[in-house]
Amino acid sequence: MNLTLKIWRQKDAQSQGKIVDYPISGIEEDMSFLEMLDVLNEELITKGEEPVVFDHDCREGICGACSLQINGQPHGPDRLITVCQLHMRSFKDGDTIFIEPFRAKAFPVIKDLMIDRSAFDRIQQAGGYISVNTSGNTVDANAIPIEKEKADDAFAAATCIGCGACVAACKNASAMLFTSAKVSQFALLPQGQVEASNRVLAMVNQMDEEGFGNCTNTGACEIECPKGISLENIARMNREYMKASMKG
Amino acid sequence: MGGLIKSSVARKVAMALSGLFLVFFLLQHFTINFTSIFSADVFNELSHFMGTNPLVQFVLQPILIFGVVFHFVMGFILEIKNRNARAVKYARFKGGANSSWVSRNMIYSGLVILAFLGLHFYDFWVPEIVHKYIEFAPEDTSRYYHELLEKFVSPTRTGLYVLSFVFLALHLWHGFASSFQSVGFNNKYSVGATKFAKAFSIVIPLGFIIIALVLHLNHNH
Repeated sequence: MNLTLKIWRQKDAQSQGKIVDYPISGIEEDMSFLEMLDVLNEELITKGEEPVVFDHDCREGICGACSLQINGQPHGPDRLITVCQLHMRSFKDGDTIFIEPFRAKAFPVIKDLMIDRSAFDRIQQAGGYISVNTSGNTVDANAIPIEKEKADDAFAAATCIGCGACVAACKNASAMLFTSAKVSQFALLPQGQVEASNRVLAMVNQMDEEGFGNCTNTGACEIECPKGISLENIARMNREYMKASMKG
Repeated sequence: MGGLIKSSVARKVAMALSGLFLVFFLLQHFTINFTSIFSADVFNELSHFMGTNPLVQFVLQPILIFGVVFHFVMGFILEIKNRNARAVKYARFKGGANSSWVSRNMIYSGLVILAFLGLHFYDFWVPEIVHKYIEFAPEDTSRYYHELLEKFVSPTRTGLYVLSFVFLALHLWHGFASSFQSVGFNNKYSVGATKFAKAFSIVIPLGFIIIALVLHLNHNH
């Protein structure tokens, strides 16, 4: 397979970046997308050039590190996968592939395709937790009865890996799907009720402070989410937020 | 207004509520206009009531104007904020792969509707205000239908109205159903509510188009 890669190269956070063309050949269709980038980087290193920096870790669709915008879509053209699960059989011989970092003011580029997603960590730190007394009297979570439907919804929300594809896909660079999943995973469970009001207010406030855009319900985030996080979470967060605001 | 609603969720809810209010107004406006193609007398009677009733004139009309201004000013604020949230644009962005064109271009359909409102105010609202509150012209309960008919003589103006209603349909297609999600309504009844909103967004603008065309043809015959 012969391809032309158009890759965003940026020296550091302060520098201006640009798209650079890299022709590449001998790519097998069974390679993963990241393996294809490994091949490119080996070639660049052999030629004495700077390899392309990109994030990756588990390479099995769990960690959410591999944040790439491929041909205008987060994690490439396929659904419910991360970039490491994308294979070259999704492309054709002779294709031109644009590879860019996830773009948002709140996700500054560190170098090339690697971005700083610590804005998500700060949203989580603002309220994405429950306070449990662990002094020896801790109640076993399994001893608390929870309706199956709610437990399932909470679990589905908790599968969010915080990759940032929702922000990357959104025309407004909104982080509402991520934030709503992190609000929902607790809002649905009895353990999350004590801090429910403070949680949603603090997390939404932090989300706004980070400079993410506003949600306009295009639904792109839900389609591009590798874990299939539902828009229902955003509606739930809106309800939680209104409820908390009215409490004062 | 930006300082008035600082939270992104509150802005979203406010945008949805003002939109829902305008949808409700649209239905009322359509109902009255629809009578014009059946009975000039009924249309005259309803128009006279709306034009002279103090509750409509001095309470509901200012609320409506506030609702319209709020909706479009907030729309502009959101658009600017959202554009700023992605300072460096993508070299390639395939929005069509995951969202509809109308949902991504509400600002443009909204701008066409705003321009239309300018024309609509120039056609009906301004002459009405001049007639009643500046010239203090004597009441004439039968004038409304003829005034309406005169406006639709020009094929250009009729065409502009029809085009605007097409953009209204596009704006409603995303906006109406999306407002349910914004106010937190997403449950087993959402599918039905969305179907209703989509049907409304086609039927009402189509009805307005039919009214405009019938009035245009009525005058020419």
